[in-house]
Amino acid sequence: MDGLTVQDAALVGTDALGRLMPMYLWVTPNGLVRAVGPTLKKLCGAGPLIGTRFLDLFEVEKPRALLSMADVEAFSGQRILVTLKRGQGTTLRGQVQPLDGGQGWILNLSFGISVAEAVRDYRLTNADFAPTDLTVELLYLTEVKAAVMGELAALNRRLEAARAASEAQALTDALTGLGNRRALDAELIRACTLAARGEGQFALLHLDLDFFKAVNDTLGHAAGDLVLTEVAGVLREETRKSDTIARVGGDEFVILLRGETDPDRVERIGARIISELERPILYEGQPCRISGSIGVTLSRFYASPDPEMMHSDADEATYASKRNGRGRCTVWDGSSRPAEPEPGA
Amino acid sequence: MHGLINRSLQGFLRDTYGPALWSRIAEAAGVGAEGFEAMLTYEDDLTDRVIEAAADALAKPREALLEDLGIYLVSLEPLRRLLRFGGVDYVDFLQTVDELPERARLAVADIGLPDLILDAPEPDQFTLHFAAGHPGFAPVFAGILRAMADDYGAFALVDLDGERKVKVELLQTAYASGRAFDLARPEDA
Repeated sequence: MDGLTVQDAALVGTDALGRLMPMYLWVTPNGLVRAVGPTLKKLCGAGPLIGTRFLDLFEVEKPRALLSMADVEAFSGQRILVTLKRGQGTTLRGQVQPLDGGQGWILNLSFGISVAEAVRDYRLTNADFAPTDLTVELLYLTEVKAAVMGELAALNRRLEAARAASEAQALTDALTGLGNRRALDAELIRACTLAARGEGQFALLHLDLDFFKAVNDTLGHAAGDLVLTEVAGVLREETRKSDTIARVGGDEFVILLRGETDPDRVERIGARIISELERPILYEGQPCRISGSIGVTLSRFYASPDPEMMHSDADEATYASKRNGRGRCTVWDGSSRPAEPEPGA
Repeated sequence: MHGLINRSLQGFLRDTYGPALWSRIAEAAGVGAEGFEAMLTYEDDLTDRVIEAAADALAKPREALLEDLGIYLVSLEPLRRLLRFGGVDYVDFLQTVDELPERARLAVADIGLPDLILDAPEPDQFTLHFAAGHPGFAPVFAGILRAMADDYGAFALVDLDGERKVKVELLQTAYASGRAFDLARPEDA
């Protein structure tokens, strides 16, 4: 004891009590409602309150053992949870304290986490809360949080849109640093246009890696990624700066060799690439063995080179390489297509 | 200056004077094409350049422009609601207006509003002192206090007194009916 504690009972009128605790309930020793705070009264709605049995007004949720008013004393000071049997059936939390002189109990209630719904359901205002109550601050914070989250969500949407836009505009394959399909398409259209005008011929090589799936399946994706990076290195090594190399699929590459008109020369370049690819690549001490099938076509085979047609012919040559045992380079047979195809319409 | 403050300035200029004028101001001040991002922080210099460029473009004194920004802020419903949490009537609101920077910090910890000191020598006289911080805050607050008087339906004279002081003289607390305010959020209702 600090010597200042007063043991006298404080006499407080019910109106004053209501201002201090707008959601209090005074229950008589025999379990009848004696007085109600103004906010709790609002929650109870119409109908008589004073003289009503406490247990007719509320369902006690916790502690479950509190079944009759005789048990109340045992739970004084503990947190109790009750549900209002009237109105919106709001669940409230509170604590019970016995009064001096056999006057019964005071139950002080408050909204739990469901305060926002209660404020809406009962149209509560600032005046329904004691000035010491932080409920209004809680509501304020709820709104502020919603506003800030809204700003963050908007920021995320803008960033996502920017990311998607930059990805769509990207011309580089992230893993190998080679061009991607977009980059290749643009280069090939340009090359075809120049070739059609007689301003520069080129060779188109399709390279499909052989046994790559086996590396991926046995040694994992990290090994696969390493192999792809090494392949990119080989292709850079075996081509010139003016050529275009692109990775257009998981294990598919396309090379555009500018100025090439000689099928034999291109076939030799293809064979050299394949022999380089066949050098085992070490991944964590394990050799990864792959090869490649190459199909080639030349712009000079066409009167008016068309990207789609050239891709299709290079593909056909690639399949021929695969059919003939993989690990080889096939030049598409230019004579199998009419030398001067009629342009459509 | 916090992005939220810069974005308020941007929203005010764009909504009030149109996107074309905002673009011109942004370009003159050196703000990127995307404008300000609400959740980033910018150099105070940049904010000052925007204010200067806007005052120039609109041929308006800087203080008047910033007071209009304050009035614009109250016209934004979510912000008006947050301000109305400050009190049940205008007097109550004024008496707790010095808690505003703290409330703002509760929402966004690094918002950087300057501390306010409220002085009420008479029941109908209020003076708001801005201890430190950017001198632009006092005129913005003058605009906010003026718009909030309307919102509560009170009749008050709000004036800027020097760089860091706002004076409020309350003439009538219930002059008009004011706008409604419900504690519950409208979209939940």
